[in-house]
Amino acid sequence: MTPRRKRILVICLSVAGLGIAAALILTAFEKNLMYFYSPTEVAAGEAPDNRPFRLGGMVKDGSVLRTQGGLGVWFTVTDFNQEQVIYFEGILPDLFREGQGIVAQGQFNQTGVFVASEVLAKHDENYMPPEVADAVKAGKAARQGSL
Amino acid sequence: MIPELGHFALTLALMAALLQSTLPLVGAHKGYRSWMALALGASRAQCLCVVVAFLGLAWSFAVNDFTVDYVSRNSNSALPLAYRLSAVWGAHEGSLLLWILILNLWAAAVSLRSGSLPLPVRARVLAVMGWISVGFLLFLLLTSNPFERLVPGPTDGQDLNPLLQDPGLIIHPPVLYTGYVGFSVAFAFAVAGLLGGQLNSAWARWARPWTLMAWSFLTLGIGLGSWWAYYELGWGGWWFWDPVENASFMPWLLGTALVHSLAATEKREVFKNWTVLLAIGAFGLSLLGTFLVRSGVLTSVHAFASDPARGVFILIFLAVIIGGALVLFAWRGPRVLESQSFDLHSRETFLLTNSALLAVATGTVLLGTLYPLALDALSLGKISVGPPYFNAVFVPIMAPILVLLGWGQIAHWNRDTAQRIAQVLWPAGIAAVSMSICVWLMLEGPHRLKAALGVLLGLWVTAATLVALYDRCRRYQQPWRALVTLPPAFKGQCLAHMGFAVTVIGIALVSMLSSESHVRLAPGDSLSVGQYEFRFERTRDVTGPNYTGTAAEFAVLLHGTQIAALHPEKRNYLTRKQSMTEAGIDAGFTRDLYVALGEPLDGGAWSVRVNIKPFVRWLWLGALMMAAGAAIAACDPRFRARKRGVLGSSGVEQTVHRLA
Repeated sequence: MTPRRKRILVICLSVAGLGIAAALILTAFEKNLMYFYSPTEVAAGEAPDNRPFRLGGMVKDGSVLRTQGGLGVWFTVTDFNQEQVIYFEGILPDLFREGQGIVAQGQFNQTGVFVASEVLAKHDENYMPPEVADAVKAGKAARQGSL
Repeated sequence: MIPELGHFALTLALMAALLQSTLPLVGAHKGYRSWMALALGASRAQCLCVVVAFLGLAWSFAVNDFTVDYVSRNSNSALPLAYRLSAVWGAHEGSLLLWILILNLWAAAVSLRSGSLPLPVRARVLAVMGWISVGFLLFLLLTSNPFERLVPGPTDGQDLNPLLQDPGLIIHPPVLYTGYVGFSVAFAFAVAGLLGGQLNSAWARWARPWTLMAWSFLTLGIGLGSWWAYYELGWGGWWFWDPVENASFMPWLLGTALVHSLAATEKREVFKNWTVLLAIGAFGLSLLGTFLVRSGVLTSVHAFASDPARGVFILIFLAVIIGGALVLFAWRGPRVLESQSFDLHSRETFLLTNSALLAVATGTVLLGTLYPLALDALSLGKISVGPPYFNAVFVPIMAPILVLLGWGQIAHWNRDTAQRIAQVLWPAGIAAVSMSICVWLMLEGPHRLKAALGVLLGLWVTAATLVALYDRCRRYQQPWRALVTLPPAFKGQCLAHMGFAVTVIGIALVSMLSSESHVRLAPGDSLSVGQYEFRFERTRDVTGPNYTGTAAEFAVLLHGTQIAALHPEKRNYLTRKQSMTEAGIDAGFTRDLYVALGEPLDGGAWSVRVNIKPFVRWLWLGALMMAAGAAIAACDPRFRARKRGVLGSSGVEQTVHRLA
């Protein structure tokens, strides 16, 4: 094989490789990207109905309600402008508590309830997830604007 | 007094670093020997100063000096001494000091262990490391001084994050840092090589042991981190594709490519440009990791502080160091470019393909990590890229690497044929395929095919490595003795490749066959999972030095006989009012039984997580084997030989080297 043909072959192979990698990445991105919405945005109907997204805010005081005999729990998150009720079944993270900023990952079911598949809370009590901090700030600002 | 001394020592270290980073470079350029030799003394002096500063901070923690702001924020008089000492690196400022300490230890090691290198090379390498040190010392002194006083001091400290009060934390950060700061040595060698215009096989031979050691530590550090997350975060995961994990994983991937590319550069003087780029890239990603972790742009257990000034500083430093190195590469690269030719079917091609695949894998991880940050920075929406993305992309890229790894280790340098390799390798192929079919038949569950495919890849690499070992040994008159006398580099390679296979098998089995149940259990209840029965016996109250909590007792029964007792705990740390889950784990070679308490429910019941994790230990066993393999290879006496003439230990050995 001449050096020229060898080089051409190497180039073709690397282009093909990169192409495959790019295709993989794009499809995986398309399927697995998850957008974050605040309760205000959800109330405004911006969040998707039929695919999962992330919803974040502060857990409203006194809103946590457990179902009898199971692991189901209802709670409300707020950005101090709008609220959204969430249902979750499973074990909540250690730092989940009322007044804490959390992010819930899930989607609306047929009856319009937001069912979380995962609830994330920060590992440090002083620290808010940046998305939630922004959402709360925007929510408070929106509230002040409407008053 | 001691904290002021530490602060002063840091300032002195900065002076030494400035000296180390300038004069020796000029000396190497002009040929002044005494200026070059300055690099050796300066790097050792700097190291001494940093050690003093580090001990000063450790002392402040040991004696509970809460007038030091950093101590008061991360310690408490009720904290046990071991955790007070590890709290030195429990938050931003101290962990940065640890970073600098380790950088200095590497530089001092280079200055002490590079006697066989020409003086200009030593001077340049140490000067480049000096630049990195200057940047980080400035960063520490200007934006994050750990010795800042708090007057008047509080009566007691705010305590260390409970998550970090664990033996895993004592060792994980130093080991991990030793790994990723260690790539600074490879980087320094690359830049020194570009500056001196000397990038030949001798250069690669000098750089190899350092790179291997760094890679070994990084492997160990990532393994430890994964193990710590598994037992401490309380939900049985061992890898989360968390951006901070990715921050250490990307230098590892690129470092793996670098280790292999360096081997080709040393043996055959090929891929010099690629090797230099990988060295720059691996360290660049280490710096990027530091930026991601330290700047607070990420939400993670590792993200200590969100101070934009710090992020900007590191970003600028990253741009200067890596941008500078790349400019130098563009400028000087063409002069050192010329390469040996090699046949398409040769070990070189396989090494190149694999390192290219590793680079692509790094790219996909980088994209998944940075894309959400970039979108957020541009106010285009807040997104997250979860584990499904990484799994979907990563697995198809790693699979060909494993296939080629088996094939490529048999291939000769320069020229080989598929026919010859097939002749050597067919038993390995048949063994791997037949054993995987057995595994597939033995397994149960919906994912058993995927699990068996993962096992097939792992077994293929293992079998091919054994064949390579056999192929090498049978050229000796006494094949069994050859196992002892084979060069350490080759033994290390075999061990590391088998370790990789063990990790792959572990990942495949634990990912596909784990079972997880979330249930509500009261004392006296029991739960059956597969053939195991978990019985919730009782709970009792526990009190620790700085926490109170509840401990539960679970009995695990297999066919009616008790095989283990698990003691998961729920702790409440008093100072931070933070609750923590301590999982109860029964570790085994083929499976872990894992129980963690969720929350107390009504009537004495608890929400409980019960996991069965088959072969999870293999992950870390493999990582240990990889780290040990790299360390063994790094100790090969060949790397310390002054000239090419003294390769190997005997004449026979040397001929075999040539043959291989």
